[in-house]
Amino acid sequence: MGTQRPVIELTDIRKTYGMDGNAVHALRGVSLTVPTGDYVAIMGASGSGKSTLMNIIGCLDVPTTGRYLLDDVEVEHLSDRQLALVRNRKIGFVFQSFNLLPRTTALDNVELPLIYAGVGTAERRKRARAALELVGLSERMNHKPQELSGGQQQRVAVARALVTAPSLILADEPTGNLDSTSSSDVMALFDRLHRAGRTIVLITHEHDIAEHAERAIRLMDGQIVSDERNGERGWISEQHTVRHAR
Amino acid sequence: MRFREVFRFAFAGLRANKLRSALTTLGILIGVGAVILLVAVGKGSGAQVQANIDKLGTNLLEVSRQAGGFGARASRNTGTQSSVSALTLADAQALVDPVNAPDVLDEAPVVTASPTATYDGATHQIAQLVGTYPAYLTATNWQIAEGSAITDDDVSQARKVIVIGQTVATDLFGTADPVGQQVMINSVPYTVEGTLQAKGSSGLQDADDFAIAPLTTVQDSLSGFGSLSQIVVQAKSASATTAAQDEITSILTSRHHLSATASPDFRVLNQQSLLATSSSTTHTFTVLLGAVAAISLLVGGIGITNIMLVTVTERTREIGIRKALGAPRAAILGQFLVEAVMLSLIGGALGVAAGLIGTRFTVAGVKPVIVPASIALAFAVSALIGLFFGSFPANRAAKLHPIQALRHE
Repeated sequence: MGTQRPVIELTDIRKTYGMDGNAVHALRGVSLTVPTGDYVAIMGASGSGKSTLMNIIGCLDVPTTGRYLLDDVEVEHLSDRQLALVRNRKIGFVFQSFNLLPRTTALDNVELPLIYAGVGTAERRKRARAALELVGLSERMNHKPQELSGGQQQRVAVARALVTAPSLILADEPTGNLDSTSSSDVMALFDRLHRAGRTIVLITHEHDIAEHAERAIRLMDGQIVSDERNGERGWISEQHTVRHAR
Repeated sequence: MRFREVFRFAFAGLRANKLRSALTTLGILIGVGAVILLVAVGKGSGAQVQANIDKLGTNLLEVSRQAGGFGARASRNTGTQSSVSALTLADAQALVDPVNAPDVLDEAPVVTASPTATYDGATHQIAQLVGTYPAYLTATNWQIAEGSAITDDDVSQARKVIVIGQTVATDLFGTADPVGQQVMINSVPYTVEGTLQAKGSSGLQDADDFAIAPLTTVQDSLSGFGSLSQIVVQAKSASATTAAQDEITSILTSRHHLSATASPDFRVLNQQSLLATSSSTTHTFTVLLGAVAAISLLVGGIGITNIMLVTVTERTREIGIRKALGAPRAAILGQFLVEAVMLSLIGGALGVAAGLIGTRFTVAGVKPVIVPASIALAFAVSALIGLFFGSFPANRAAKLHPIQALRHE
């Protein structure tokens, strides 16, 4: 695993909100490498900075200082337009609240990132169908979100995240709004994607969800406090990336 | 990202809230329709005034006595008492003068009366009976419908003949042919020589409640041989009326022994200048109507801004999703701008249709005349309104930060 080319390479990422007087330091120097095919859970209580980290990893926000290489592209200084392009090509998002477009069929929702990528109609349709088949929703392609259960909506969202074949699938509390049955369905889907070689980063605060991952990173007060790999003998600390708090 | 997709998104956005889209469209529809219709009404009323003046005769000048002349008379020390304020037959004849008045074609002295006509038990008060010369008919643009006009011979012989307007003919004779019949005018028998073609009403007056008889006959039996009421003068052409007016003024000024500074005791009414005045009035009227309509178009445009702002706020989350999925700023801007332009263009197209339908009806007694430029202008302005009034909300949408937009509930 360690020999794989990294998808994410964060070096001393800091993010500060507000002005000098009442500045809030959301991230205080985070360094992290995620190799291709890794399955990482980022954990932490609310206020630990995990949402900020997820926004930065997802190119929805830029760090105040530090260096971020995503798939060998330096993204920390990109313009809004270039960030949009990077989000479109390299990242597949899965959100806690699904974030599907209302009044739009599952198929059209899955096609959406391909439209912004400029893919032609026929090709788009084919790829969207394939993605929906992969998540087991080929029967419900023409249903609108309000006609689908929460678990089904989240699977549509996963299909949408997959359809552009991104370098990274970034899931923010993907099971936060789901019951336990739907949760295990969705997590089984992520496990399957991992086995197929996808790179997945999960943001979660639930231990049983993090158990699915190969690697768990804990954040506290804007810093990484532990980085463990789920080996055969339980969780093993990855010393070289750990930064101790205080 | 293709343009077709932008259109598809914009169309889906409009369809998502049909009632709201329809009401916003209605605002533009009313504005564009109003511009087209009101400009057409203004133009139509202008055309109507023009037609009315054409009916009276565009080469026509009317000389009449002016009350203001009485005050001026006191300062005059020359001249005979009898000819000071009255318009006489001699005045009229002096106006046809190839040397001093080269632009005057002909003149007709006029006396008027409003007598009662009776025929076979039917009675009708003629609003205006004119005693004049045959030249009157051509100068004032009257055509003979049936029978014949009065002749110079009728005038010199003072024959009791009359040519009657359509209203008089219908009132007295109904459907019967009046030509050759005898009517009693204030108990004097007259022979109907002919009837006049209808001119229709101009304003409040019925132009056809009218009759013409020889000057001498009317003076004999109705008005007496005093002053003339009017002298009708026909200029050589419509463009010569101003010159003719000056010539008449100078001839009458010298004949009435008026000094250059004294206010004249006569007045020359020029139909051509009347036309110019009224056409400038109707132009103002048209501009005013157009301005009112333009304001309603502006209000419609503000309606678009308003509704697009609401839409952007309502769909903040959707914008966040699109941005997270990689929609560039331009794509979001395009989507909402196209939505606004579609609203205004649909409204504009329907407004043109409504305006065109509206102009088929008579509005407040005016037959509207469509001005093609107003259609093009109103339509173009509606498209621009969509762009202009849509750009502010669309820009607001495009500038939303994806994280904040996604968090928006």
